[in-house]
Amino acid sequence: MFGTRLRKTRPHAGDDRCVADLVAALGVERVRSDGAARLLASTDASIFRGGAAGPVCFPDSTPQVQACVRIAAVHRRPVVARGAGSGLTGAAAPLGSAVVVSTTRMNRVLEVDVENRTAWVGPGVINLDLTHHLGPHGLHFAPDPSSQQVCTIGGNVANNSGGPHCLAYGVTSAHILAMEVVLSDGEVVMLGGLDAEPAGYDLRGAFIGSEGMFGIATRIAVRLTPDPPAVRTLLLSFADVDSAAATVGAIIAAGLVPAAVEMMDRRCVEAVEDFVHAGYPRDAEAVLLIDVDGMAGGVEAQATKVDEIARGLGGRVRVAADEEERQLLWKGRKSAFGAIARIKPDYYLHDTVVPRGKLVEVLRAIHEIVDRHGLLVLNVFHAGDGNLHPIIAYDSRQPGMSEKVREAGREIIEVSLAAGGVLSGEHGIGVEKRDFMPLMFSDDDLDQQARLRGAFDGLCMMNPGKVLPSPHSCSDITELTEAKGDLWG
Amino acid sequence: MGLIRSPESDPILVDFASEIGSVGPVVVRGGGTHWDLGGGSDPAAREVRPPEGIVGIRAEEMTVEARAGTLVSELHEALRPFGQRTSLPESPGSTVGGTLAVGWSGIARLGRGQTRDSVLQVHYVSAEGRLITAGGPTVKNVSGFDMCRLLVGSLGTLGCMADMILRTRPIPEVEVWHRVVDVDPAEVLRRCRTSASILWDGRSTWVLSAGYRADVDSDLRALSELGSLRPDHPPDLPPIRWSRRPSDLFDMSRADAAVGRFVAEIGVGVVHTENPVEPSPPSPGTVALQRRIKDALDPTGRFNPGRRVGGI
Ligand SMILES: Cc1cc2nc3c(=O)[nH]c(=O)nc-3n(C[C@H](O)[C@H](O)[C@H](O)COP(=O)(O)OP(=O)(O)OC[C@H]3O[C@@H](n4cnc5c(N)ncnc54)[C@H](O)[C@@H]3O)c2cc1C
Repeated sequence: MFGTRLRKTRPHAGDDRCVADLVAALGVERVRSDGAARLLASTDASIFRGGAAGPVCFPDSTPQVQACVRIAAVHRRPVVARGAGSGLTGAAAPLGSAVVVSTTRMNRVLEVDVENRTAWVGPGVINLDLTHHLGPHGLHFAPDPSSQQVCTIGGNVANNSGGPHCLAYGVTSAHILAMEVVLSDGEVVMLGGLDAEPAGYDLRGAFIGSEGMFGIATRIAVRLTPDPPAVRTLLLSFADVDSAAATVGAIIAAGLVPAAVEMMDRRCVEAVEDFVHAGYPRDAEAVLLIDVDGMAGGVEAQATKVDEIARGLGGRVRVAADEEERQLLWKGRKSAFGAIARIKPDYYLHDTVVPRGKLVEVLRAIHEIVDRHGLLVLNVFHAGDGNLHPIIAYDSRQPGMSEKVREAGREIIEVSLAAGGVLSGEHGIGVEKRDFMPLMFSDDDLDQQARLRGAFDGLCMMNPGKVLPSPHSCSDITELTEAKGDLWG
Repeated sequence: MGLIRSPESDPILVDFASEIGSVGPVVVRGGGTHWDLGGGSDPAAREVRPPEGIVGIRAEEMTVEARAGTLVSELHEALRPFGQRTSLPESPGSTVGGTLAVGWSGIARLGRGQTRDSVLQVHYVSAEGRLITAGGPTVKNVSGFDMCRLLVGSLGTLGCMADMILRTRPIPEVEVWHRVVDVDPAEVLRRCRTSASILWDGRSTWVLSAGYRADVDSDLRALSELGSLRPDHPPDLPPIRWSRRPSDLFDMSRADAAVGRFVAEIGVGVVHTENPVEPSPPSPGTVALQRRIKDALDPTGRFNPGRRVGGI
């Protein structure tokens, strides 16, 4: 069942004319409608298999994106922007044989303004490429999703992505100043601005996190952060998960804001050690990987305090001796997902947030849920902001397995919300959590969100069928009802 | 069914919603400290007071929940024993809700961050008189569209804010203001990482150094190499506020009579001046989009009529 199985890869009726128009506008090398291209554009990194792409376009300018949107409108097709397709909620999986607008060719850093600490980038610029590009200036783009080697700035904006170092520096929204956006009627608008306090409603803020449903970002102005003069990495290990979780709570309660506080449980550590040999202790039930950064005095003070708290709760503390060891420890964290993929053919990566003081309680509850379903869970997550990522590793070829995984997932969401948490900390809602939105929001709340969406995209053309559950979504695109539970994994 | 606490279960919020009602022009009055911003309110609009008081300090989560009518100064007073505060600027009499409605950040934005980034959840009353939850209570959240960001700076024209959960920040170990004469403020920005605020009036530079003691001391040594340094209070700010790109500030001059006395927030781009300037016009597409948002959320235009946000 798992793999590249798709509901539909046959061309949609009327495709030929749509493709012909797109080719006429963009040139033949920028439009693909073959099965392989559609297949690739039909999924993201989630286990959702209900997407079906129409023609896939590779524009390299704003006018070309406008042309795609206008042609799609003529042919009554939705439009789905696509970055790297590394999203984990099915948000980039097109419904209704949408025209896919891939940003891979819009991948240039257009301008770096060191004095103002800003840069204009194409939406297809890869997150880590941007930071490498900025290295010589002593600057970086602070949001660092674990997928930063592949994900795009456009995708980061659309999902308001986070990452390990967003604990101290804030998520994507705090690092975006402005963007040029093509709306569903083909109009180009500039949201936000480079001045200190752009006038009017914060359209920039409203657009960030809109999962491709408000328009397509074609140029993005990012805020750049000076590299910290000093960084220290600490690896704390614990004999039980509770003590590790309690340490996180105590660090925050002590008024410390480390640059990053990441947790991994024993199963995850073992997987990582087998894979990249990062030097984590195999005998620990849980480890915390912590970065403190800033100027030398603050780094010293914070490291001392973290050390004291951890030891007080029974932890062992190791400080990375040099940059090489630091990089290796972080490599372990960043390869966790790859490592887990070696254990079982499939994994379902969750993303909820709970109050940091509730980590112990919720982690226990998650173990109870997973055990009850006879499943295997690994935890590797942004503990500092309470952002859980329980990963259920499984084999979807086993009968009934996918259903069990989905059921356990639903229960994890419920315990997170009951603990005062939220549905998603950074991956977003997409299709995955669309129907869970009523657990967190009332009909009136969702109606307000739908109205905002309607103000940006009155035509319901931009990535319809995501985020908002029916009846708050546009119901006029018939094929959208396809996105049902049986299309998972 | 929802799994989270509904605002409907809070009688204070329910009372506020019924006061706002679903018909007729209304305006929520906070501290009234920026009452004429955006052109002032239509006198025909019924004035409603927001609820007041701190709902809960969750120091171990670094969040605080307060009613919209709570004074920012009172909020910060209550947070002080926990060694925390929010990013919101304090001006005498200003309320939490009013400060978010205006959306401005304080002069220590370099160090304390922006007002708009500090909002986690807002309960507000919609034009139909319904209680709405925007955002969520945790420090990280991307569930649904970001209504919180939209409300910040909307001058009460989209919804009437009733209460909010804000992120707090630790108060640094040391915070001191100094005045330095005849230094290049750009150099201060480059050299001194602990600068939570750098204000420049064309001649003097005021620096708020904030952080761990050892770091502040090292920055103060660097500052004293740049120019002569003495402890001081921040300067009084002239009344008019404009928004510029940070680099534009360096072109300002005391000799420019059209500007008058000014105080510029270096590294940020806000300038406080004596004389008004014409803001650059918003682009037509953006005006239309803002208009559509206003019409979608407040179809009859009952919220804060007369007040104009960003050219609409
Ligand atoms: C191993 C792994 C680790 C991950 N770790 C993290 C993490 O630490 N933190 C985190 O936040 N996420 C993480 N993610 C999720 C994902 O990488 C992020 O959501 C990322 O920002 C998506 O970027 P993308 O370019 O792949 O976007 P896509 O998956 O291509 O698209 C995502 C959404 O953005 C929209 N979109 C893309 N480009 C544009 C544009 N130009 N204009 C408008 N809308 C657009 C799409 O329509 C879609 O709705 C991880 C994913 C994987 C596979």
